[in-house]
Amino acid sequence: MKSLEELKRIRDQAKERMTMRENGDHDYRVVVGMATCGIAAGARPVLNTLVEEVAREHLPVTVMQTGCIGMCALEPIVEVFDKDNHKTTYVLVDTKKAKDIVLRHLMHGEVIEEYTVGHYSK
Amino acid sequence: MQEIAMTILDIAQNSIRACAKLIQIVIRDSHKDNIIHIECLDDGCGMDDKTLQKVTDPFYTTRTTRQIGLGIPMFKESVEATGGWFSIESQKGVGTKIIGEYVKNHLDTPPMGNIAETLITLIQYDDHIDYVFQYICDDFEWVLNTKEIKDILDGVPINQPDIILWLKDYIKEGMQK
Repeated sequence: MKSLEELKRIRDQAKERMTMRENGDHDYRVVVGMATCGIAAGARPVLNTLVEEVAREHLPVTVMQTGCIGMCALEPIVEVFDKDNHKTTYVLVDTKKAKDIVLRHLMHGEVIEEYTVGHYSK
Repeated sequence: MQEIAMTILDIAQNSIRACAKLIQIVIRDSHKDNIIHIECLDDGCGMDDKTLQKVTDPFYTTRTTRQIGLGIPMFKESVEATGGWFSIESQKGVGTKIIGEYVKNHLDTPPMGNIAETLITLIQYDDHIDYVFQYICDDFEWVLNTKEIKDILDGVPINQPDIILWLKDYIKEGMQK
């Protein structure tokens, strides 16, 4: 059973981490398109996979949501912004690709060429 | 939409975009009355009568990234296809209330789907928005109020990944009582 006691423990751990790491000190910002088109295409499990993996690995990454990115046929779309605000756009993402993005891009800094929008529009 | 839960996510996103501070979601799932009643009530910016008349039209949208808006029309069509009903009320500056009621045993009624995932997705979006989620079935009722959770969190943002994961299991368990 999930208890409120457990929530208090998580809270205290989070407080500890917050004092260790200044807010805003994030390596990547990940944005998931979450409008009608994204949701219908399966963006919700993609977002939740990203949140789950980031939590599990304690990565300095912010996961955010946005509305329609404008390429509805290529949803779910995940945009990864690095520290210098360089953007990589991943399209037709599913939970497997989301896990790859966490492992290869967010943890090891590798852009996964074959998942990017550039690859699909070729 | 394959699930009612995805429709709820889509409809509640409208409330977020309307700058709501409090979003109330009610699900009444009753075998006895043979209905699945969905309600989404927000204190967002609301709409004037002219806009309200247009929102069920798929060729109306306020967005600029594309020229159609399917969220509300799809919800309306989906409930009406099961013999249920849909209503939308709104007042500028006060908020919006959307109700859709499915006939539970109709062939075209979508499965409930993953409500816990929908709720954590909403909560993850912005820790300044509060939610009251009420799940009512024939045997029990369960309520989640994010304000109460935030009181316990004592300033730690509710949309931190660790807390979101805890919430997901907490909601799942709450709805199975």
